[in-house]
Amino acid sequence: MEQTLRVKRYDPENPGDAGYQEYNVEVTDTTTILDALLTIREEMDGTLSMRCSCRASICGSCAMRVDGQAKLVCKTRLNSVAPDGETITIDPLGNMPVIKDLVVEFKSFWDKTRAVEPFLKPEGIVPEAEYIASDDDMVHLVGVVNCIQCGACVSDCTVLEVDDSFLGPAALAKAYRFVKDPRDGHQKDRLEDLNKPSGVWDCTRCMQCVEVCPKDVDPMGRIMVLRDMAMEAGFNNTSGSRHTESFAKSVKKNGRLDEMKLAVDSMGKFNFPALIAEAPVGLRAIRKGKFPWKAHKSSEPDKVKQVFEKIEGNK
Amino acid sequence: MKYAFYPGCVARGGTPELLVSANAVMDRLGIEREEIVSAACTGAGVLQERNQKLGDALNVRTFALAEKMGLPIMTICSTCQGVMSQANRRVLRDPEYLAEINEVLAEEGLEYKGTTVIKHFLWVLVEEIGIEELQKTFTKELSGLKFAPFYGCYIVRPSDALGFDEHPERQTSLETVIESTGAVAVENDGKTKCCGLPILLINQSNAIQMVSNHTGEAKDLGADAMVTPCPLCHLNLDGYQPKAAKRRPSGKIDLPILHLPQMLGLAMGMQPKELGLQRHIISTKEVIGKAAAAPAAVS
Repeated sequence: MEQTLRVKRYDPENPGDAGYQEYNVEVTDTTTILDALLTIREEMDGTLSMRCSCRASICGSCAMRVDGQAKLVCKTRLNSVAPDGETITIDPLGNMPVIKDLVVEFKSFWDKTRAVEPFLKPEGIVPEAEYIASDDDMVHLVGVVNCIQCGACVSDCTVLEVDDSFLGPAALAKAYRFVKDPRDGHQKDRLEDLNKPSGVWDCTRCMQCVEVCPKDVDPMGRIMVLRDMAMEAGFNNTSGSRHTESFAKSVKKNGRLDEMKLAVDSMGKFNFPALIAEAPVGLRAIRKGKFPWKAHKSSEPDKVKQVFEKIEGNK
Repeated sequence: MKYAFYPGCVARGGTPELLVSANAVMDRLGIEREEIVSAACTGAGVLQERNQKLGDALNVRTFALAEKMGLPIMTICSTCQGVMSQANRRVLRDPEYLAEINEVLAEEGLEYKGTTVIKHFLWVLVEEIGIEELQKTFTKELSGLKFAPFYGCYIVRPSDALGFDEHPERQTSLETVIESTGAVAVENDGKTKCCGLPILLINQSNAIQMVSNHTGEAKDLGADAMVTPCPLCHLNLDGYQPKAAKRRPSGKIDLPILHLPQMLGLAMGMQPKELGLQRHIISTKEVIGKAAAAPAAVS
């Protein structure tokens, strides 16, 4: 049978929007998107550029957007995205500049990975033989070590789309890998760095990275743990940390969220410039009768509080 | 059809018009409901970043309360739906974890057996009521109106927690419901992206840029309004649109953000006040006018 692929083209020697080019490829039930692209390049159009190597979802070279979502094309069969032979649209990864066709510049990806110091920094007495880590610790870390740095998460990150200073899901997952390594001696310094602007608190929890990661690394889940660890390590002077604490406090007290208090607490009760800057938003809400004057409550807030106390003690 | 109703905090806080319109529309549809008044906030993913087990325990408590009522849960908040779906999946996959949480709940005599079904009102419409029955309640055909669907995050990701394998129709449910009113669903890139609300109080500039991108895109595509099943998306897309507009070359956006039940209410011929349409930061006047001028539905 025949399958149509719409492939985004870009030629740096003739910059400007080259648009999409359609190719009809002969395929079978087991053809992957990469197979189809290679057929195009080898038999139909030698000018099409892309990256690929292992064809076995290990090297991480062939990530690109398939119908708008980042995927490893070697691990994606055509019929899994187009069961009825619908046209498939292929774009290069997002959030990185395009070099040619489906090939993007990974410089920012590597710069951010480098910025989290992705190597062990042990402290204290150097052991006579190797540094020891328990099996349990390493089994846990394998979940992150599995990252093949394909860039799928970075491509679809909704924060990077608006702010390229954000460290991003791949680098933060890498950071987690070292923060959690029992052989590393700089956990606190690492958390202090990650707690800064463009770090863990800038993630918007949209779960795109969780969805597109071909290796189930769960970058966002790792970022959430890093937030908790940063707060536990005493780095509490951020809006993010105040936001989480205020949220928890209000649910513990009323069983429900108090949005007004959350806003004031997150900005900082004494952060007058920020509070004044928000005044127009509050006034508009008051005028439209949607200002939450009074916090609502569960009918049994004491029962909710009991769950908090059972799990967190008297934190 | 009866549900254990879970409106969520924002419908009782910053978006009172959602609760008003949802109640009006559900009454019209004959959906019986009993609110789970003792339920806690789901944690919205925020509590979970401090302590996942705590968040899960609060949600499992809600599931147990509904189980005791013998009713499936229905929510009108995408974020609540997503957070509850994820919590339910975690405890159902790990019986030991569920047992630990049940031990916490035992103190108030609750136990979750794992049978509670959790469905957003949007899914109830397409799966339980059905489009045909829904259309019988419409008195207006909103042809000529264009609505941009905006799902937000939690009702689409992670997809394996949301029952998409069993219910593939959920993935396009919002377009289906929009089109059932006779309106056009405007395909837009932002529809499954983040609205920015979770970082509104943390990195406001980024949050507002997201509002600007999504509402600006929908406006450029000719949408009369955006329709969302998520009150948190509404808070940001509506409340911060005046700030976001300053980032557009024209300095204007003016795209009303309708809650899903408000759009249905317009198709049912309800009065704007019944739907709380006066309680929006971005004026809904034009879209109300167009809906009022729409032809009668042929059913």
